Amino acid sequence: MGKLDGKVAVITGAASGMGRATALRFAKEGASIVLADLNSQGGETAVAECAAAGARAVFQRVDVTSEVDIKSAVDRAVKEYGRLDIMFNNAGIAGAVGPIEKVESTDWDKTIATLLRAVFLGMKYSIPEMRKAGGGSIISTASVAALQGVGYLAAYAAAKAAVVNLTASVAIELGHDHIRVNCICPGGVNTPLIHRGAPGAFEHAEARMAKAQPIPRAGRPDDIANMALFLASDEAEWITGTAMVVDGGMATGNTRFRTRGLPDSGFSGPSFEMGS
Amino acid sequence: MGRLSGKVAIITGASSGMGRATSIRFAGEGASIVVADLNQEGGEASVRECKENGGNAVFQKTDVSAEAEIKALVARAVKEFGRVDIMYNNAGIGGAVGPLEEISVEDWDKSQAVLLRGVFLGIKHSVPEMRKVGGGSIISTASVAGLRGFQGLHAYCAAKAGVVNLTRSASLEFAKDKIRINCICPGGINTPILHRNQPGVKEAMEDFLAKGQPYPRAGHPEDIAAMALFLASDDSEFVTGQAMVVDGGLTVGSGFANQRTDTAQQILPPRGFMGPSFEG
Ligand SMILES: NC(=O)c1ccc[n+]([C@@H]2O[C@H](COP(=O)([O-])OP(=O)(O)OC[C@H]3O[C@@H](n4cnc5c(N)ncnc54)[C@H](O)[C@@H]3O)[C@@H](O)[C@H]2O)c1
Ligand SMILES: NC(=O)c1ccc[n+]([C@@H]2O[C@H](COP(=O)([O-])OP(=O)(O)OC[C@H]3O[C@@H](n4cnc5c(N)ncnc54)[C@H](O)[C@@H]3O)[C@@H](O)[C@H]2O)c1
Repeated sequence: MGKLDGKVAVITGAASGMGRATALRFAKEGASIVLADLNSQGGETAVAECAAAGARAVFQRVDVTSEVDIKSAVDRAVKEYGRLDIMFNNAGIAGAVGPIEKVESTDWDKTIATLLRAVFLGMKYSIPEMRKAGGGSIISTASVAALQGVGYLAAYAAAKAAVVNLTASVAIELGHDHIRVNCICPGGVNTPLIHRGAPGAFEHAEARMAKAQPIPRAGRPDDIANMALFLASDEAEWITGTAMVVDGGMATGNTRFRTRGLPDSGFSGPSFEMGS
Repeated sequence: MGRLSGKVAIITGASSGMGRATSIRFAGEGASIVVADLNQEGGEASVRECKENGGNAVFQKTDVSAEAEIKALVARAVKEFGRVDIMYNNAGIGGAVGPLEEISVEDWDKSQAVLLRGVFLGIKHSVPEMRKVGGGSIISTASVAGLRGFQGLHAYCAAKAGVVNLTRSASLEFAKDKIRINCICPGGINTPILHRNQPGVKEAMEDFLAKGQPYPRAGHPEDIAAMALFLASDDSEFVTGQAMVVDGGLTVGSGFANQRTDTAQQILPPRGFMGPSFEG
């Protein structure tokens, strides 16, 4: 008995990283999956992995910035498997990087189109099918970059913050239709988006990223897949509009707070009593 | 193979509501449970249900606001089951309610002692046992009242906000020990804390709470148990310091924005695009 038996999912960015790990996780839980990505080679490999896990899966080449492509991914799910229960808007890029006054407006637009407009489109075209199915779960990948500022990554941070609030707004609209809308905010997860696949780059990133948050290891695609599974499943039936942070504590607060005047442990009373 | 096979969990407030539902869920996933509560009769019933669900369970009468009793509770878990992997600080009360000026200092202090000090004590005394077994998961029940203001619930709001931020600061300290610390912020859940086990009130609450948030049904203790299971299990190995909202969308917008037929909709056209106002 899988947690997603009989359910049908579309996952964008499923050729790599978190999307691919999630496709495999969903496959093992009994879902049928449309894997959507720009990258056909990676997509076909991921489809083979899902099939090896015993699931029905197909690849659909999709550019998430294209309205017709998103619609085609949803149509494909209905054509192949007869319905749509889960939409995971996950495809992503880092997009425009560097000092804000150096960012080209075309790069800005491309970043927002890939990270924000695509999520809007994914919602727009999956909602009617979910209504027919009597409900559903829409999940999007935002980022901890949505929750606080990130220098030299402003377009990305702005787009991801917008995904969080788009999620909240749409959740209000769709509660009545039993369509739940949530997003996930990953912290540092060691995927090709970060390590870019060069020899040794994964290991190098793994060591560096282990120090980037209180939990002393890099994030793994499976950490995100686990959360996506929870949100996709009936376990989360009463959860909507949330931004679920999976970041090893990266955005939680300041680990290094120390003030010279304060004792390492004990009790700090009124300041006038401490003067000597 | 259950998702908590071989694990030992302490759950406070486990005689009723969310704590009881979570005990039963954890037991079904293979955990051994120490059911802790002030309420002995309800606790014994929870223990029976845990056993019927295939788990091991014992009851320990506990007042979570008393340090000696929390210490005894942790010691009981170690004595009965040899270890502690999961601590769920869940016991709660409504506490001091009503206009702020009318709250007595005694009621204020009692509210904080149960809702906030109880969580501090639960973390403090479970951490040493979790270190011995190489890690663990501490979960506390905060509330959407820890994230938003609720009129007439001053002591409760302050205490629950305290739980949310204690969760964050403690998570930073214990991450290196592989002890994850998270809390859950439930919305309106139909439990005895609201319906008080009065005849007919549970059913009336069910209808009332169904209209309280975008998702059109009342929250149930099982909704919280499912989140607690996620946080207790290895599926959330990279999740710490979080306040997980399980509220059917209650806090997603303001009360205004959450209305389906709201004034905004009367001002705005039903669909389309609105350009600059000077164009009319
Ligand atoms: N890796 C991290 O640390 C991290 C942190 C926070 C958020 N994220 C987000 O997680 C999501 C998944 O990223 P990942 O880390 O798995 O990276 P990844 O590069 O491994 O995977 C992203 C996938 O998206 C696909 N893609 C990119 N542009 C596309 C487009 N226009 N149309 C269709 N597919 C497209 C890529 O081909 C790739 O397969 C992204 O939205 C990313 O912004 C990543
Ligand atoms: N029901 C809701 O709508 C709601 C919403 C948000 C948060 N909460 C919180 O959820 C938690 C569980 O509440 P519930 O709704 O299941 O209520 P409940 O009344 O059904 O269960 C609470 C349990 O805590 C026990 N308890 C109270 N004071 C105690 C003490 N000093 N020591 C030991 N046990 C004590 C009670 O005996 C009871 O069994 C509480 O922390 C509550 O504040 C409830």
